[in-house]
Amino acid sequence: MELFFQQVLNGFAVGGIYALVALGYTMVYGVLKLINFAHGDLFAIGAYLGLTLLVSCNLAGILPPLFVMPVVFLMVGLLVALIGFLLERAAYRPLRQAHRLSAVVSALGASIFFQNAVMLIYGARFYVYPDFLRPDFTVSVFGHSLSGIRLLVILASIMLMVMLSAFIHRTKTGAAIRAVAIDQDAARLMGINVDKVISLVFLIGPGLGGTAGLMVGLCYGQIDFTMGWSYGLKAFTSAILGGIGNIPGAMLGGLLLGLVESLSAAYVSMAWKDAIAFLALILILIIRPTGILGERAAEKL
Amino acid sequence: MALLTLSDLRVRYGNVEVLHGLDLHVNEGEIVSLLGANGAGKSTTLLAVSGLVRAFAGEIFFDGVPLLNLPSHDIVALGIAQSPEGRRVFGAMTVLENLRLGAFRVTDKNICARSLDWIFELFPRLEERARQLAGTLSGGEQQMLAIGRALMARPRLLLLDEPSLGLAPLLVRSIFETIRRVADEGVTVLLVEQNARAALKLATRGYVLEVGSVVMEGRADALLNDPSVQDAYLGG
Repeated sequence: MELFFQQVLNGFAVGGIYALVALGYTMVYGVLKLINFAHGDLFAIGAYLGLTLLVSCNLAGILPPLFVMPVVFLMVGLLVALIGFLLERAAYRPLRQAHRLSAVVSALGASIFFQNAVMLIYGARFYVYPDFLRPDFTVSVFGHSLSGIRLLVILASIMLMVMLSAFIHRTKTGAAIRAVAIDQDAARLMGINVDKVISLVFLIGPGLGGTAGLMVGLCYGQIDFTMGWSYGLKAFTSAILGGIGNIPGAMLGGLLLGLVESLSAAYVSMAWKDAIAFLALILILIIRPTGILGERAAEKL
Repeated sequence: MALLTLSDLRVRYGNVEVLHGLDLHVNEGEIVSLLGANGAGKSTTLLAVSGLVRAFAGEIFFDGVPLLNLPSHDIVALGIAQSPEGRRVFGAMTVLENLRLGAFRVTDKNICARSLDWIFELFPRLEERARQLAGTLSGGEQQMLAIGRALMARPRLLLLDEPSLGLAPLLVRSIFETIRRVADEGVTVLLVEQNARAALKLATRGYVLEVGSVVMEGRADALLNDPSVQDAYLGG
């Protein structure tokens, strides 16, 4: 039973990270019908920027301990958001009128560009978040001692998701994002500046993805320049699992995939956890081709 | 001076020219109706005014402002709202959310609230359905929503594309009566209609379009009594 609780916690931690990254895929798909293949690499950039800020810029030493993490999270989020914004300007906006396949090729190119840029700047070796940044404390819940860092990651990802949901569903700008996802021309007739909305989505998605990269560094310690690919694939799977274009779907898909993965790692085989995660995807797509929450086909976001 | 003037407007889709130098104007306070068969260019004309379709030659002036190079969202802000062909309501959003989006460029919350009251007065049905998803409304209700949503922008000029399409005759009459009420409250209307008789009864003036140009124009009652219009569009 102890193992089960540990694994559920681990599953939710990695699932929350998948979900945050999946939100970026799904929101961009919602407004542009484009899979932003560079999104996973933006997430990796978040992990590297976090390390640079904390260690190389020594923010961990300069700032009072209580402020370090919120400040670094905010900075990483903003910086990666800015990169996402520039990515859309440089790689996608010029192709807005072109065939959709052109934008997909551009996305693949951007992914290769970012991955190689990270490799050239930081080198191809693994990097490790130093232990002093990753306090190994445990919290006792119902008599089970649980990893504090994982609980924090879960709380932070849930908090970000709640904030995003509130923004999308309760604000005028959020309504504009949903309108653009449903029908761009109708949105224009409402007086919505569609280009601005698309830029905003490219700020929010990469911003969330970048903070998820930082969470991976803090939670698991080790990062490398190909992590954008491995995590990106899982997050993309989560988005599909939940129903691409659907925001609650991405959250659900991420948490579910994390759970399936960590439980199968514990009870079946560590080596088979990826295979089982993708098997779950295949099974769900056979039963529900639109994903778990994809039924409301009109609901794009 | 006319509120809206289109002069020598030319639009092409790909290599096919669909408007061959259209001339048309709408005076403040008028209801002007555009008649014509399918493919005559009526909807294209409205889309060009809203900036969703770009003319490659000619001019559009709204209250003296050239619209040709303005993005659609700025055209809305100038006071032109459109209820597009096929209604295009946001199906996954509630009626209320749709209406609020109509007032996207209205920053004053009081004006927005008053517009909402006005729309619910014009279309009481929408108030009953306010919390319902727009996609679950009937065709007639969606049409009301599309018109109400356009009116939420408090436009000076309302563009209506086929408000009667696919609706039961009784509903068509009620929609047309509402358009009349809206016009009486000072909104200028440019109306595209297949239902030529009803449109001309409502309108001040009318234009007849054939394959991308105006072939006839005049006062609505004159067009209604014109033998060639009767033959072609009013079923004799």
